[in-house]
Amino acid sequence: MSGALAVAGLRVVRGSKEILRGVDLRVEAGEICALMGASGAGKSTVLRSVAALQPFSGGSIDVDGFALRPGPVPRESKLKGLRRKVGMVFQAHALFEHLTALENVTLAPVHALGWTREKAKAAAIALLEELGVAHRASAYPRELSGGEAQRVAIARALAPDPLMLLMDEPTSALDPARRGALGETLRELVGQGRGLLVSTHDVDFARAFADRVGILSEGTMVEQGPAADVLNRPAHAATRELLRGPESPAEAG
Amino acid sequence: MGTMTHRLARVLCAAPLLLVVFTRLASAQAQRPPFRWGGDAEGGAPFVEADPADPSRVRGFDVEIAEMIARGLGREPRFVQVAWASIEQSVERGDFEVGMSGLEDRPQLRARHAVSIPYYEFQEVLAVRPADRGRFRRLSDLAGRRVATLGATLAYQMLVDEQARSGLVPVSYDDDVHPYSDLVAGRVDAVLLDNIIAERSLRRTGGFVIQPEPAATGHYVAVFARANAALRDSADAVLRARMADGSLERTFRRWNVWSDAQGDFFRRTLAEAPRRDTAAAPASGRALRTYLPALARAAGITLVLSCLAMALAVSVGILVAAGRVYGHPVVRALLTVYVEVMRGTPVLLQLFVIYYGLSGVVRLPAFVAAVLGLGLNYAAYESEIYRAALEAIPRAQLEAGRTLGLSEGQILRLVRGPQALRLALAPMTNDFVALLKDSSLVSVITVVELTKQTAIYATNVGSWVVPGILCSLVYLAFSLPLSRFARSLERRWSLA
Repeated sequence: MSGALAVAGLRVVRGSKEILRGVDLRVEAGEICALMGASGAGKSTVLRSVAALQPFSGGSIDVDGFALRPGPVPRESKLKGLRRKVGMVFQAHALFEHLTALENVTLAPVHALGWTREKAKAAAIALLEELGVAHRASAYPRELSGGEAQRVAIARALAPDPLMLLMDEPTSALDPARRGALGETLRELVGQGRGLLVSTHDVDFARAFADRVGILSEGTMVEQGPAADVLNRPAHAATRELLRGPESPAEAG
Repeated sequence: MGTMTHRLARVLCAAPLLLVVFTRLASAQAQRPPFRWGGDAEGGAPFVEADPADPSRVRGFDVEIAEMIARGLGREPRFVQVAWASIEQSVERGDFEVGMSGLEDRPQLRARHAVSIPYYEFQEVLAVRPADRGRFRRLSDLAGRRVATLGATLAYQMLVDEQARSGLVPVSYDDDVHPYSDLVAGRVDAVLLDNIIAERSLRRTGGFVIQPEPAATGHYVAVFARANAALRDSADAVLRARMADGSLERTFRRWNVWSDAQGDFFRRTLAEAPRRDTAAAPASGRALRTYLPALARAAGITLVLSCLAMALAVSVGILVAAGRVYGHPVVRALLTVYVEVMRGTPVLLQLFVIYYGLSGVVRLPAFVAAVLGLGLNYAAYESEIYRAALEAIPRAQLEAGRTLGLSEGQILRLVRGPQALRLALAPMTNDFVALLKDSSLVSVITVVELTKQTAIYATNVGSWVVPGILCSLVYLAFSLPLSRFARSLERRWSLA
């Protein structure tokens, strides 16, 4: 079975700076892949390239048969196929502030997919229920807690029923209990046959919930494999550095 | 021979005495304050104009008459520049002792101020385009037609009276040049003004004819503060003396405004005994009732004009903002130039350019020019509000829209636009309040809106107190609810 997502030799050059230097990455349907690395390693750049939010200079990206080529980002009208297959949850969730939680979720099905309002609403309520925030359906984003807003953002990204879900640092604003709950939710999502690519520098989260882990360092994928192997028997210095934890006072000096 | 010697001796003896007397007189004159008189040099020749040889000095028949009065009173004349429509208010405030600038003798003037004897008799004459010479002979021929004149004059009052009778449309100007150019341009069908002004415009620009039959006769007078009747009486004595000794006639001849009829007028005036003014102040209650409908109509014009101009400003502003955010670099540069020019030059100038400057290309009705001028000016400000609002929407929301499969147009319409509109609504409402007040500027292109109508009313009743309060109340009635609306929107839609 071909991967849900296949990234090969991905290079991103901005000005004189080479942000990604040939990254290879596969994510299968039904698995969570954690993309790890220090801040500035290029995690977000990989996600944004896959979501066609920014151009890349070399290599290729294939999402379930939809291929992206190097060069300028194609017009949105040429990306319809990709948009159906890839959903994205942004780090600061980026909900539409003028719409309720429910309206945030129904917007794309109604306007991009042409569903009737009734169908979109029924699907949205089911999603919000699945994510445990159905009671907040009529709340505006500014009235939601960080955890609630994130779940609404996940529901919004899932509404078009994408095969791949990209999540940028989903644990950064959550306390440990909520990270666990989020991890359980993500496991349920891959249980439905989706593939998840999650950027994070949270080692405990990756160890607990990821199937596979890729370690990015200075634009290069230095290590990739089953989560237990990579995190328990790190082969690369960058991985060991990451596992020691950047916040450790001994390392800070 | 003997008597001659004797006389000479007497003269020689008297000379030192005379010298003392003259010196005394001279020093007394030097110590007396200058005779301050007010006039409007913008009114131009032959009344008062800046001297082409020395623009710091003025000349004209009113200047010469003011000087005659000053000398007759043993004082030095000193000219004070004042806007023509403000002469009466200024003389009552004490800015100067006498106002003279082709001021017309009217009952209201006599009721409120001390007024000199008339020193010149003029005719209100009708100017029309040559083609209309046959059909527009007198005011009653102009039913339903636009007839121009200077605001707050006898002629304007005549037009308003005629409006009640025949439905003629009075058009009020702030100057006496544009009524004639607009007559030639076809914006108005006739001009009613003093024969002196009409003949001057005929010489300068031409293109029209003056109907021979005068519509009315009027007189120029000098106006003093109500409390200054004693000075007025002294000035009257001087004017009578100059009428009698031919000085006034020489002045009017020098300025080419003398006629035999003027001589008859002088003889009649001199034959009359000096009279006292006994007119009572006009009943201001009656004036209020007369003006309320006009004020209400003017308030309606202000409101409709402001709403239309704002609608134009919002539409053009949205297009300009969208062009500056999404457009090609060339489009962006052009729109930036538009915004900077509109914001960087006075709206008054823009109104003049649109109404008078473009009249060779497109002859816009005054109201349309007013809507265009205000609307296009405010569009520049609105576009900046919308641009800032569009750019205030977080980029991540726009990207979220893209990953959800929305098109750029849908993102603008469903995500960016609605939020930007909420951010823009409060500043937009504030701009609308500012526009309501700026709409008073369009009186320069003959639109009689609230402030202009108030000024006409105030000139007529001779006080700004009641008209000023009424006018302020109307503006506040428009703007206060809007300001409240803006504040409540801000509270409700503040994006945390």
